[in-house]
Amino acid sequence: MSIVTVQLGQCGNQIGFEVFDTLFSDSHSSQGLCSKKENEAYQASCKERFFREEENGVPIARAVLVDMEPKVINQTLSKAARSGQWKYGEHACFCQKQGSGNNWAYGYSVHGPRNEESIMNLIQKEVEKCDSLSGFFIIMSIAGGTGSGLGAFITQNLQDQYSNSLRMNQIIWPYGTGEVIVQNYNSILTLSHLYRSSDALLVHENDAVHKICAKLMNIKQISFSDINQVLAHQLGSVFQPTYSEEGSFHYRRNPLEGFKDPALYTSWLEPDTAFNVWKTQRAFNRYEKSAALVSNSQFLIRPLDMIVGKAWNMFASKAYIHQYTKFGIEEEDFLDSFTLLEQVVSSYSNI
Amino acid sequence: MTQSVVIQVGQCGNQIGCCFWDLVLREHAAVNQKGIYDEAISSFFRNVDTRVIGDGGSISKGKIRSLKARAVLIDMEEGVVNEILQGPLRDVFDSKQLITDISGSGNNWAVGHKVFGSLYQEKILEKLRKSAEHCDCLQCFFIIHSMGGGTGSGLGTFLLKVLEDEFPEVYRFVTSVYPSGEDDVITSPYNSILAMKELNEHADCVLPIDNQSLFDIISKIDLMVNSGKLGKTVKPKSLITSNAGAFKKQQRRPFDAMNNIVANLLLNLTSSARFEGSLNMDINEISMNLVPFPQLHYLVSSLTPLYTLADINVPPRRLDQMFSDAFSKDHQLIQADPKHSLYLACALMVRGNVQVSDLRRNIERLKPSLQFVSWNQEGWKTSLCSVPPVGHSHSLLALANNTCVKPTFVELRERFMRLYKKKAHLHHYLQVEGMEESCFTEAVSSLSALIQEYSQLDATKSMPVEDIPRLSVAV
Repeated sequence: MSIVTVQLGQCGNQIGFEVFDTLFSDSHSSQGLCSKKENEAYQASCKERFFREEENGVPIARAVLVDMEPKVINQTLSKAARSGQWKYGEHACFCQKQGSGNNWAYGYSVHGPRNEESIMNLIQKEVEKCDSLSGFFIIMSIAGGTGSGLGAFITQNLQDQYSNSLRMNQIIWPYGTGEVIVQNYNSILTLSHLYRSSDALLVHENDAVHKICAKLMNIKQISFSDINQVLAHQLGSVFQPTYSEEGSFHYRRNPLEGFKDPALYTSWLEPDTAFNVWKTQRAFNRYEKSAALVSNSQFLIRPLDMIVGKAWNMFASKAYIHQYTKFGIEEEDFLDSFTLLEQVVSSYSNI
Repeated sequence: MTQSVVIQVGQCGNQIGCCFWDLVLREHAAVNQKGIYDEAISSFFRNVDTRVIGDGGSISKGKIRSLKARAVLIDMEEGVVNEILQGPLRDVFDSKQLITDISGSGNNWAVGHKVFGSLYQEKILEKLRKSAEHCDCLQCFFIIHSMGGGTGSGLGTFLLKVLEDEFPEVYRFVTSVYPSGEDDVITSPYNSILAMKELNEHADCVLPIDNQSLFDIISKIDLMVNSGKLGKTVKPKSLITSNAGAFKKQQRRPFDAMNNIVANLLLNLTSSARFEGSLNMDINEISMNLVPFPQLHYLVSSLTPLYTLADINVPPRRLDQMFSDAFSKDHQLIQADPKHSLYLACALMVRGNVQVSDLRRNIERLKPSLQFVSWNQEGWKTSLCSVPPVGHSHSLLALANNTCVKPTFVELRERFMRLYKKKAHLHHYLQVEGMEESCFTEAVSSLSALIQEYSQLDATKSMPVEDIPRLSVAV
């Protein structure tokens, strides 16, 4: 069961590289407490899920790289090739000359339709190289223009074209005190669209990962590279293949796994089905024991509420709206997004 | 990657432009060790095989043969452009990309705008179209001019309308040098106000510069360099006022040092679009993030550091000092004090060995002392470019959309009114065909409307930030 990764924009591509690098080095690192046979099964499973084999033995990442300007993709391709251990497919990238200018409307309404065919073809080619496709892993930021706008567009397309496959979006939540001034607009537009077309949104907040680097890892001068590596490590451990209930040497290939905190049970969910434990003996990425927690909880209310609040505040003054209407995103589109997200906030609050 | 074309108009525009090309060549020479014509260089230069006659000489890849600046040089007098064409940069400019005349505009905006505008409109269009054809993906026109004279001010702003009509998708970034109080051109207030109307209506983004501020910055630098303070020496190449040939003790022209500061501004503005970094910022992102309403597109800029000491150990304290300096009124390129005015938006463009944690630390530290408009309380746009400027380990360009531009405009209007009330020198303008008194009254109205916008924003400064009621939805 393979996963095709779509890396979008600067953030998506920079993180995507770190994820594949982590997955590769994990499958080749020490096996920890498990047996050799287990290790081999683990490696095979990992590899097949994220890489495909090339003639001269260098695995190729099952990925499509998309950006609207060339600098980051060029860097990403050369970093992968430099490692000599794995690489991206030769024709796996799609690039344009001029970026999206941090404008969601430009990413969604201009770059989307203009490049739809080319990008979907590229994805199709990658899908054809899978024996069986379990789903798509889309990496994007929600604050910028390409990852957010084009990302929303592509996710919708994937829903239309591959309705039976899973769509999991890794979204990067921007720092609270701005990387991009219109980040709140871009975020609410992205979230409202993804809400309708994505199956699962895996959220990572820049602020949170930054704190991890500072407090838990004691890094003095934290770079985006550090942040992305921590993120990749977390993602990698989420994607670890695990034992299935059938037999001990049979690795389950379902990508979604996690522990669920008993305190979060709602009244309408049976504790049995809500709490799933997936185990593996195999060590992950140089750690002998590790645990990954993926939860669907109310933790998201506060950041979501803050972003909606700030975006609403800015929207009330109509600041920057002319930049969006220029490309076909009108005030009604903003209002639709606000309405949907307020409903999400309410739903989570009422649990 | 995209390309940009620089249009330098008038004496000031061409002199600054010349400094810019000098520095950008030096920058690319330092970064591009192998002499390969890459996408970064192609943003400002064409690669040409000069042996080929006519137009077929462009080469898009491979080794650098001969670099030609993507520039159009316009002046209604020949002196300055001729000097450039005889100087060390003569081979960088394409001789076909010039428009000159001999009589000059006589410090008269009307002559520059109306007379030379109509006379040279076709020729200008032809040169611009040629430049655009040589670009794979043209993103931006950078116009450099002064506001107080006749050519830069009049013809320079005439150009804006032409660009808007002919290339509506391409950005128009204007670097405008405003006349200072002691300007020796008596009619500079007229010229500036007439030009302001054009900037209001046809520019995407304006970077106002003030000669007095540039002069003050130079005095500061001279003081540091000559005082022998701390016993450390300043790296000559790192001076923000130095030109590429700074190692030779050549006779410098009077405005060189000041022009180099402006040239550095343009260099740093485009660095994150040309070079790699962990958080890129393209030119179209500048407009997107810093212009909340179309008419409020005036950005106050500051550059730090002004020089680097020869000491290679740069502790974090020095890095933080760079951020603090960027907000001090001594470092702004116009007479303005952003700290005591209202921010609509702010961009920090960092180059060199600076990481996201340094950025965050400094934003948190400086935020409490700055006032942001109620609907953009955390309005920061940041970028990290890995390549530092030549001679520095890191640098910072801060762009602010801040109400501190207002005093400059108010003063300009006052100087204008002093002349206009007496109808002084007005006949020089009115005798030009197409000029009427209404041109003046409309121009002042346009400026007054702009000032009013800034005043209204200022009035919100002391008001408490009210929470706007949110949408209430049924679940």
